[in-house]
Amino acid sequence: VENVRLLDRLSSRRAVVGTLYLTATHVIFVENGSETRKETWVLHSQISSIEKQATTATGCPLLIRCKNFQVIQLVIPQERDCHDVYISLIRLARPVKYEELYCFSFNPKLDKEEREQGWKLVDLNEEYNRMGVPNSYWQISDVNRDYGVCDSYPTEVYVPKSATAHIIVGSSKFRSRRRFPALSYYCKGNNASICRSSQPLSGFSARCLEDEQMLQAIRKANPGSDFIYVVDTRPKLNAMANRAAGKGYENEDNYSNIKFQFIGIENIHVMRNSLQKMLEVCELKSPSMSDFLWGLENSGWLKHIKAIMDAGIFIAKAVAEEGVSVLVHCSDGWDRTAQVCSVASLLLDPYYRTMKGFMVLIEKDWVSFGHKFNHRYGNLDGDPKEISPVIDQFIECVWQLMEQFPCAFEFNERFLIHVQHHIYSCQFGNFLCNSQKERQELKIKERTYSLWAHLWKNRADYLNPLYRSDHSQSQGTLHPQIAPCNFLYKFWSGMYNRFEKGLHPRQSVTDYLMAVKEETQQLEEELEVLQERLANLQKSQSGDRKVKSKQQDRSKQVGLHTSNNSLANTPQEYSNDLKSFPSRSPSQGDEEDSALILTQDNLKSSDPDLSANSDQESGVEDLSCRSPSGGGCLPSEDSGKDSDEAVFLAG
Amino acid sequence: MEFAELIKTPRADNVVLHRPFHPAVEGTLCLTGHHLIFSSRRQDNAEELWLLHSNIDSIEKRFVGSLGTIVIKCKDLRIIQLDIPGMEECLNIASSIEALSTLDSVTLMYPFFYRPMFEVLEDGWSSFLLEQEFELLSSVTNEWRLSCVNKEFSVCPSYPAVVIVPKCIDDEALRKVALFRHGGRFPVLSYYHGKNGMAMMRSSQPLTGTNGRRCKEDEKLINATLRSGRRGFVIDTRPLNVAQQARAKGGGFEQEVHYPQWRRIHKYIERFNILQESFIKLVEACNDQSHNMDRWLSKLEASNWLTHIKELLTAACLAAQCIDRESASVLVHGSEGTDSTLQVTSLAQIILDPRCRTIRGFEALIVREWLQAGHPFQQRCAQSAYSNSKQKWEAPVFLLFLECVWQIHRQFPCSFEFNEQFLIMLFEHAYASQFGTFLGNNENERAKLKLPQKTMSLWSWVNRPEELSRFQNPLYEANSLVIWPSVAPQSLQLWEGVFLRWNRPSKFLEEAEEERINIIKYNKELQAKVNALRRQLAEMETNEELLEE
Repeated sequence: VENVRLLDRLSSRRAVVGTLYLTATHVIFVENGSETRKETWVLHSQISSIEKQATTATGCPLLIRCKNFQVIQLVIPQERDCHDVYISLIRLARPVKYEELYCFSFNPKLDKEEREQGWKLVDLNEEYNRMGVPNSYWQISDVNRDYGVCDSYPTEVYVPKSATAHIIVGSSKFRSRRRFPALSYYCKGNNASICRSSQPLSGFSARCLEDEQMLQAIRKANPGSDFIYVVDTRPKLNAMANRAAGKGYENEDNYSNIKFQFIGIENIHVMRNSLQKMLEVCELKSPSMSDFLWGLENSGWLKHIKAIMDAGIFIAKAVAEEGVSVLVHCSDGWDRTAQVCSVASLLLDPYYRTMKGFMVLIEKDWVSFGHKFNHRYGNLDGDPKEISPVIDQFIECVWQLMEQFPCAFEFNERFLIHVQHHIYSCQFGNFLCNSQKERQELKIKERTYSLWAHLWKNRADYLNPLYRSDHSQSQGTLHPQIAPCNFLYKFWSGMYNRFEKGLHPRQSVTDYLMAVKEETQQLEEELEVLQERLANLQKSQSGDRKVKSKQQDRSKQVGLHTSNNSLANTPQEYSNDLKSFPSRSPSQGDEEDSALILTQDNLKSSDPDLSANSDQESGVEDLSCRSPSGGGCLPSEDSGKDSDEAVFLAG
Repeated sequence: MEFAELIKTPRADNVVLHRPFHPAVEGTLCLTGHHLIFSSRRQDNAEELWLLHSNIDSIEKRFVGSLGTIVIKCKDLRIIQLDIPGMEECLNIASSIEALSTLDSVTLMYPFFYRPMFEVLEDGWSSFLLEQEFELLSSVTNEWRLSCVNKEFSVCPSYPAVVIVPKCIDDEALRKVALFRHGGRFPVLSYYHGKNGMAMMRSSQPLTGTNGRRCKEDEKLINATLRSGRRGFVIDTRPLNVAQQARAKGGGFEQEVHYPQWRRIHKYIERFNILQESFIKLVEACNDQSHNMDRWLSKLEASNWLTHIKELLTAACLAAQCIDRESASVLVHGSEGTDSTLQVTSLAQIILDPRCRTIRGFEALIVREWLQAGHPFQQRCAQSAYSNSKQKWEAPVFLLFLECVWQIHRQFPCSFEFNEQFLIMLFEHAYASQFGTFLGNNENERAKLKLPQKTMSLWSWVNRPEELSRFQNPLYEANSLVIWPSVAPQSLQLWEGVFLRWNRPSKFLEEAEEERINIIKYNKELQAKVNALRRQLAEMETNEELLEE
């Protein structure tokens, strides 16, 4: 469709005209005119809703909201075209078969071996070994070998040694969807563990001997402690309501040596609505400060984030400080339980705060234990009531921790954003389906690629420059403030407004420091070369002349090589070099390539907004003339006088 | 008056000091004329706390049996608690602190007694003279002149002795204009935009009154800044109705009929007393111990603090935009021209002028646009957010300005030579200081108090290399461009460095800052090493060649 206008959300004056293409996998908008012909690519799987608005004099507006929080507003001249696009997109955005998803056609040009290597990057067996199991208390159980006991669990599950197959099977029959208690995290230092399950089918009075034995077995696996915590992550009211349906929670009288605890995290429906409300606030055209803060509060989003974090902190404290094992469950044990277990693990174990460890953590607590990615993130057309930002909340918890502990994480904010993007993108097979079993049946590993390998390959982009593995924050348990530090929870504009670059800091400290570190590394290398040359020269001055001249030849070559590193030769030129240095990174002038949108280049590298750091040749120098255009209420340079004022006065 | 008269109990033992995020410490409390000194007697970790009495904003006392407790709330927003055994001692100490922290005579303040322990390399009182500023200006334009019409502070008591005005306006005209402007604050040059020759001027409101009085000289003065055929903008920091109401009290605004070349824009910035209320509410919210997330957000919202920040930044952006984008001259004023006017003109300069983003340039900006321009620091900073007495003149006008600078700094973290600590230091010294810089309400008062002779300047201390190194931003790379901040709510944050400074754990953030400094330092060291080696090699190689020949 030609002559389509792409509107800027913040200012209607900055619309661009271009051509809209629909392909099997993407919506593509190509700008007319300008030599760059900027392109906007949106994966169909990212589309969360399409809205056709009332036709106006200029054409028919179409609003596309994406799961990665991008909002695209198009105006299509002809009503009929608009309707066609609308109908096609509705169909394309809601695939009914897994085979329609992008990961089955996505080909990053890797051979079979590389693909297999990629899938092997994260190995859960290795991870359990790293934790220290199996050992004299914990063993691997094959009771779920062919998904015979629980179809949403992995085949290999770690259970206490004293839990026999009989106990496990018995316990599984007393738990929702047969999700019996299994090991999530084991603390080598003091034998305390985090186990997870679903709610017991206790109703008002039912009991199950095997389930009681199962919990006993978990307690016995931690000989240092005479009780375990059972944490129900639901609000008490919800748990009680479940009793009427024959489900419910553990009765302390029936289980010996447990301490039962509710930690109220709301259910997926509350969370979905909360996010919806918060996004409405983000979408306001020119909100006042009060509109924004009031809306943020009203959405309850940060309150929910804090609830999840508090649960994680409680568990981490029980394990690390009290040395007590914890059994965590919610209703089915695949949403809140996954959130809470992974937050607790992240606080407890510095390994999960490394890039590799974080991948392992998601693989362990989310992928392997049957978090319903397909339902929650709407990959295939399904029940909209199943959709909920469960893992988004976990990712935000990590970001909130990164803000409090800036040196504790090996990865940076961009890494989190890209993980979030790909949970929805369906470009890689990792998050397809609802369980391990389904993924196996689909032969995901043979037919698609692994996201982790892709991120790992580009890990240089995702490093936190402040991270040092020997830093105190990188070691041991993290102890976030619980209270009275509500103010530590902040709105994450880098995620929810991430396609509006104008709202973000114009210079990125992270990128700047990364560039400096890269340069430092080059300097280190050069220093070594120079020292070698010097040593050779000194040797040769006192030594044999012939040998010397040869060495000189060689060192000259080396010298040539280093100057290719764009390191200039005199101190003065050097500082010039430095001057242009930050322009690569603090990225003041990147509005034009609007990092936000999938450009073709990015598509090749398959990352949502890498252009933020790849296309920054536009240095500091041309920034000022452009940055106001991104400045929220600041008009662009070509804007007329009157409209300028209108903008400011309105603000 | 002798301070000793006020100090009935100069010393108390076995006092316990409580601070958030610190373990309680036992020690000895001493009172001197200007300080409260607490020193712990622990051998392993001796600790001393020195607190200026003038930093104390309010003090509360309560008793449990004979154990008295004093809660001291400081102007820098810190709260400490002292447990003092003995009712009499406690009462004496409390009343002494109360008296010493509310001395009514300026000349009894600490700056008049402070003797520096450092060598003065450069006298800060003469570091930033308007004459120097004018010299710079003269190198790019000859349309302006220095006027000494206010030499005796008789034309405008709140202006400095020297001001910069358009060349074509003589002193006689200035005297007439002064009579037409509130408090005699006639339009003077605030900033000259070298890029396009546009000027930003500031003044107070014109005294048009209800009968639409006019002043030909005033019109001529401000028209002198216009290029032929171009229009200028008057940015009035009051809403239109307030400006209209001001006419009844003899004030007013520039009317189109008399100022046809000027376009008036009303950009409302709250008056100082509203800001003070907002400040108190915000600090209260930050100290709220409740665990509830919702309460925090609604209290933050109800304080309106961030709204003021947003409005102020927007107004400053507007002024900067008129100058840089519209190539128009600008006149900024509110009512008195000593508060919101200065906020707008100084912030606009941060946006427009890279020099103001250096340490030296920022200091010059504060001297020029705040101290010399007659912002009544002594009135505004007499009390901070904990004052229970309803005072009339206090307001965090300067703090709001500093916070706006911080907001821009946060968006352009590599474009400022100074760091956040520098801004916080300025906030502290504006409210309580050993230096005389922020005493008095204007240059007139400072001259009468003989501050330059009798007290030390803050700048004499800050600009010493040892001190400067603490305030330098390791990420700084000179950026010669105009920097346009975003003023969307999502882009503005609470200034935690000031408001949560004492009630959040800061260890991890400090470690991060240290790490940043180390990364840059190591990089610079390597650069130096590599360069030295290169030179050495080059020398050796030339020698070698010479030898071979």
